[in-house]
Amino acid sequence: MQVLYFAWVRERIGRPREEVQSDAATVAELVEELRGREERYAAAFADLSALRVALDQELSEFTDSLDGVREVAFFPPMTGG
Amino acid sequence: MSIRVQSDRFDPGAELNAFSAGVAGAGAVVSFSGLVRDVDGGLQTMEIEHYPGMTEKALAKIRDEAMARWALADVLVIHRYGAMTPGEVIMMVATASRHRKDAFEAADFLMDYLKSRAPFWKKERSGSGADWVAARDEDEDALKRW
Repeated sequence: MQVLYFAWVRERIGRPREEVQSDAATVAELVEELRGREERYAAAFADLSALRVALDQELSEFTDSLDGVREVAFFPPMTGG
Repeated sequence: MSIRVQSDRFDPGAELNAFSAGVAGAGAVVSFSGLVRDVDGGLQTMEIEHYPGMTEKALAKIRDEAMARWALADVLVIHRYGAMTPGEVIMMVATASRHRKDAFEAADFLMDYLKSRAPFWKKERSGSGADWVAARDEDEDALKRW
Protein backbone atom coordinates (compact mmCIF):
# COMPACT_ATOMS: atom_id res chain seq x y z
CA MET A 1 0.00 0.00 0.00
CA GLN A 2 0.98 3.63 -0.41
CA VAL A 3 1.68 5.44 2.85
CA LEU A 4 1.59 9.25 2.77
CA TYR A 5 2.87 11.76 5.31
CA PHE A 6 1.94 15.42 5.64
CA ALA A 7 3.13 18.52 7.50
CA TRP A 8 5.51 17.81 10.41
CA VAL A 9 5.01 14.05 10.06
CA ARG A 10 6.44 14.32 6.53
CA GLU A 11 9.33 16.46 7.78
CA ARG A 12 10.14 14.13 10.65
CA ILE A 13 10.10 11.01 8.47
CA GLY A 14 11.86 12.80 5.65
CA ARG A 15 9.67 11.76 2.73
CA PRO A 16 6.16 12.53 1.48
CA ARG A 17 5.17 8.96 0.54
CA GLU A 18 6.42 5.41 0.23
CA GLU A 19 5.25 1.97 -0.80
CA VAL A 20 4.94 -0.27 2.27
CA GLN A 21 4.54 -4.06 2.19
CA SER A 22 2.72 -5.05 5.35
CA ASP A 23 0.43 -7.73 6.74
CA ALA A 24 -0.85 -5.37 9.44
CA ALA A 25 -4.57 -5.91 10.03
CA THR A 26 -5.23 -2.48 11.51
CA VAL A 27 -3.78 1.02 11.38
CA ALA A 28 -2.45 0.56 14.93
CA GLU A 29 -0.53 -2.56 13.82
CA LEU A 30 0.92 -0.70 10.84
CA VAL A 31 2.03 2.11 13.18
CA GLU A 32 3.80 -0.47 15.39
CA GLU A 33 5.65 -1.84 12.34
CA LEU A 34 6.70 1.62 11.22
CA ARG A 35 7.83 2.59 14.73
CA GLY A 36 10.16 -0.41 14.74
CA ARG A 37 11.90 0.62 11.52
CA GLU A 38 14.05 3.58 12.49
CA GLU A 39 14.32 6.31 15.08
CA ARG A 40 12.73 8.94 12.82
CA TYR A 41 9.58 6.79 12.51
CA ALA A 42 9.51 6.21 16.26
CA ALA A 43 9.78 9.99 16.76
CA ALA A 44 6.99 10.75 14.28
CA PHE A 45 4.64 8.17 15.80
CA ALA A 46 5.57 8.80 19.45
CA ASP A 47 2.22 10.36 20.38
CA LEU A 48 -0.79 9.05 18.47
CA SER A 49 -3.08 11.61 20.12
CA ALA A 50 -1.21 14.23 18.06
CA LEU A 51 -1.89 12.35 14.82
CA ARG A 52 -4.80 11.70 12.50
CA VAL A 53 -5.14 8.98 9.87
CA ALA A 54 -7.01 8.78 6.58
CA LEU A 55 -7.73 5.50 4.77
CA ASP A 56 -8.26 5.89 1.02
CA GLN A 57 -8.73 9.62 1.63
CA GLU A 58 -11.42 9.27 4.32
CA LEU A 59 -10.70 10.37 7.89
CA SER A 60 -10.50 7.14 9.96
CA GLU A 61 -9.52 5.69 13.34
CA PHE A 62 -6.33 3.93 14.42
CA THR A 63 -8.41 0.89 15.35
CA ASP A 64 -9.81 0.59 11.79
CA SER A 65 -9.06 -2.37 9.53
CA LEU A 66 -6.64 -2.07 6.61
CA ASP A 67 -8.49 -4.74 4.64
CA GLY A 68 -8.63 -3.61 1.00
CA VAL A 69 -7.06 -0.23 1.79
CA ARG A 70 -4.68 1.10 -0.88
CA GLU A 71 -3.70 4.48 0.57
CA VAL A 72 -2.95 5.34 4.20
CA ALA A 73 -2.11 8.91 5.20
CA PHE A 74 -0.75 10.17 8.52
CA PHE A 75 -0.87 13.84 9.50
CA PRO A 76 -1.38 16.23 12.42
CA PRO A 77 -4.81 17.72 13.22
CA MET A 78 -5.89 19.92 10.33
CA THR A 79 -5.60 23.69 10.38
CA GLY A 80 -7.52 24.97 7.38
CA GLY A 81 -9.67 28.07 6.98
CA MET B 1 -21.92 24.39 -6.07
CA SER B 2 -18.38 25.25 -6.93
CA ILE B 3 -15.34 24.05 -4.96
CA ARG B 4 -11.89 25.24 -5.97
CA VAL B 5 -8.51 24.34 -4.47
CA GLN B 6 -5.75 26.42 -6.04
CA SER B 7 -2.41 28.08 -5.44
CA ASP B 8 -3.27 31.17 -7.50
CA ARG B 9 -4.45 34.34 -5.85
CA PHE B 10 -8.09 35.32 -6.39
CA ASP B 11 -10.18 38.45 -5.96
CA PRO B 12 -12.86 37.73 -3.33
CA GLY B 13 -14.86 40.79 -4.41
CA ALA B 14 -15.04 39.65 -8.01
CA GLU B 15 -15.86 36.10 -6.88
CA LEU B 16 -18.66 37.38 -4.66
CA ASN B 17 -20.13 39.50 -7.46
CA ALA B 18 -20.08 36.57 -9.88
CA PHE B 19 -21.59 34.26 -7.26
CA SER B 20 -24.37 36.75 -6.45
CA ALA B 21 -25.14 37.27 -10.14
CA GLY B 22 -25.65 33.53 -10.55
CA VAL B 23 -28.22 33.01 -7.79
CA ALA B 24 -31.34 34.63 -9.23
CA GLY B 25 -34.23 34.18 -6.81
CA ALA B 26 -32.10 34.05 -3.68
CA GLY B 27 -32.75 36.89 -1.26
CA ALA B 28 -29.58 36.52 0.79
CA VAL B 29 -25.88 36.02 0.15
CA VAL B 30 -23.35 35.63 2.99
CA SER B 31 -19.61 35.47 2.42
CA PHE B 32 -16.52 35.00 4.59
CA SER B 33 -12.91 35.57 3.58
CA GLY B 34 -9.93 34.36 5.60
CA LEU B 35 -6.71 36.40 5.38
CA VAL B 36 -3.15 35.68 6.44
CA ARG B 37 -2.85 37.22 9.92
CA ASP B 38 0.43 38.82 10.99
CA VAL B 39 2.03 37.46 14.16
CA ASP B 40 4.37 38.94 16.78
CA GLY B 41 7.88 38.95 15.45
CA GLY B 42 6.67 39.64 11.94
CA LEU B 43 5.32 36.90 9.76
CA GLN B 44 7.29 36.50 6.55
CA THR B 45 5.22 33.82 4.87
CA MET B 46 2.41 31.43 5.59
CA GLU B 47 2.77 28.12 3.75
CA ILE B 48 -0.26 25.92 3.34
CA GLU B 49 0.14 22.24 2.53
CA HIS B 50 -2.81 20.05 1.54
CA TYR B 51 -3.67 16.50 0.54
CA PRO B 52 -4.58 16.58 -3.16
CA GLY B 53 -7.56 14.32 -3.78
CA MET B 54 -8.71 14.08 -0.19
CA THR B 55 -9.03 17.87 0.05
CA GLU B 56 -11.57 18.04 -2.76
CA LYS B 57 -13.50 15.05 -1.37
CA ALA B 58 -13.57 16.46 2.16
CA LEU B 59 -14.76 19.87 0.95
CA ALA B 60 -17.48 18.27 -1.21
CA LYS B 61 -18.67 16.24 1.78
CA ILE B 62 -18.87 19.34 3.98
CA ARG B 63 -20.71 21.22 1.22
CA ASP B 64 -23.17 18.34 0.72
CA GLU B 65 -23.86 18.27 4.45
CA ALA B 66 -24.60 22.02 4.41
CA MET B 67 -26.87 21.64 1.37
CA ALA B 68 -28.78 18.87 3.18
CA ARG B 69 -29.24 20.89 6.38
CA TRP B 70 -30.13 24.33 5.06
CA ALA B 71 -32.21 25.58 2.13
CA LEU B 72 -29.37 26.87 -0.02
CA ALA B 73 -29.53 28.10 -3.60
CA ASP B 74 -25.77 27.83 -4.04
CA VAL B 75 -22.46 27.36 -2.21
CA LEU B 76 -18.96 28.50 -3.17
CA VAL B 77 -15.74 27.37 -1.48
CA ILE B 78 -12.29 28.53 -2.63
CA HIS B 79 -9.18 27.54 -0.65
CA ARG B 80 -5.57 28.25 -1.58
CA TYR B 81 -2.39 26.34 -0.84
CA GLY B 82 1.28 27.33 -1.21
CA ALA B 83 3.12 30.39 0.10
CA MET B 84 1.31 33.59 1.08
CA THR B 85 2.22 36.83 2.82
CA PRO B 86 0.29 38.77 5.54
CA GLY B 87 -2.92 40.30 4.25
CA GLU B 88 -3.32 37.87 1.37
CA VAL B 89 -6.62 36.07 0.99
CA ILE B 90 -6.33 32.37 1.93
CA MET B 91 -9.87 31.23 1.31
CA MET B 92 -13.51 32.22 1.04
CA VAL B 93 -16.93 30.68 1.39
CA ALA B 94 -20.19 32.11 0.08
CA THR B 95 -23.72 30.84 0.58
CA ALA B 96 -26.99 31.94 -1.02
CA SER B 97 -30.49 31.28 0.23
CA ARG B 98 -34.01 32.63 0.07
CA HIS B 99 -33.79 34.09 3.59
CA ARG B 100 -30.70 35.23 5.52
CA LYS B 101 -30.78 32.74 8.41
CA ASP B 102 -29.98 29.74 6.20
CA ALA B 103 -27.12 31.57 4.47
CA PHE B 104 -25.58 32.81 7.76
CA GLU B 105 -25.82 29.47 9.56
CA ALA B 106 -24.56 27.45 6.60
CA ALA B 107 -21.54 29.76 6.16
CA ASP B 108 -20.71 29.42 9.88
CA PHE B 109 -21.06 25.63 9.66
CA LEU B 110 -18.87 25.46 6.54
CA MET B 111 -16.12 27.45 8.26
CA ASP B 112 -16.19 25.33 11.43
CA TYR B 113 -15.91 22.10 9.43
CA LEU B 114 -13.41 23.45 6.96
CA LYS B 115 -11.02 24.38 9.79
CA SER B 116 -10.91 20.91 11.35
CA ARG B 117 -12.02 18.41 8.69
CA ALA B 118 -10.42 19.54 5.44
CA PRO B 119 -6.78 18.38 5.09
CA PHE B 120 -4.90 21.68 5.13
CA TRP B 121 -1.90 22.48 7.34
CA LYS B 122 -0.43 25.92 7.93
CA LYS B 123 3.22 26.68 8.55
CA GLU B 124 4.28 30.14 9.71
CA ARG B 125 7.73 31.42 8.80
CA SER B 126 9.05 34.45 10.69
CA GLY B 127 12.42 35.92 11.67
CA SER B 128 12.55 33.50 14.59
CA GLY B 129 12.06 30.36 12.47
CA ALA B 130 9.30 28.23 11.01
CA ASP B 131 6.54 26.45 12.93
CA TRP B 132 3.51 24.39 12.05
CA VAL B 133 0.35 26.01 13.39
CA ALA B 134 -1.19 23.81 16.10
CA ALA B 135 -4.88 22.98 15.94
CA ARG B 136 -6.85 24.64 18.75
CA ASP B 137 -9.18 22.73 21.06
CA GLU B 138 -11.78 25.45 20.48
CA ASP B 139 -11.85 24.58 16.79
CA GLU B 140 -12.66 20.93 17.56
CA ASP B 141 -15.19 21.98 20.21
CA ALA B 142 -16.88 24.28 17.70
CA LEU B 143 -18.07 21.23 15.74
CA LYS B 144 -20.24 20.16 18.68
CA ARG B 145 -22.49 23.17 18.07
CA TRP B 146 -23.79 21.44 14.96
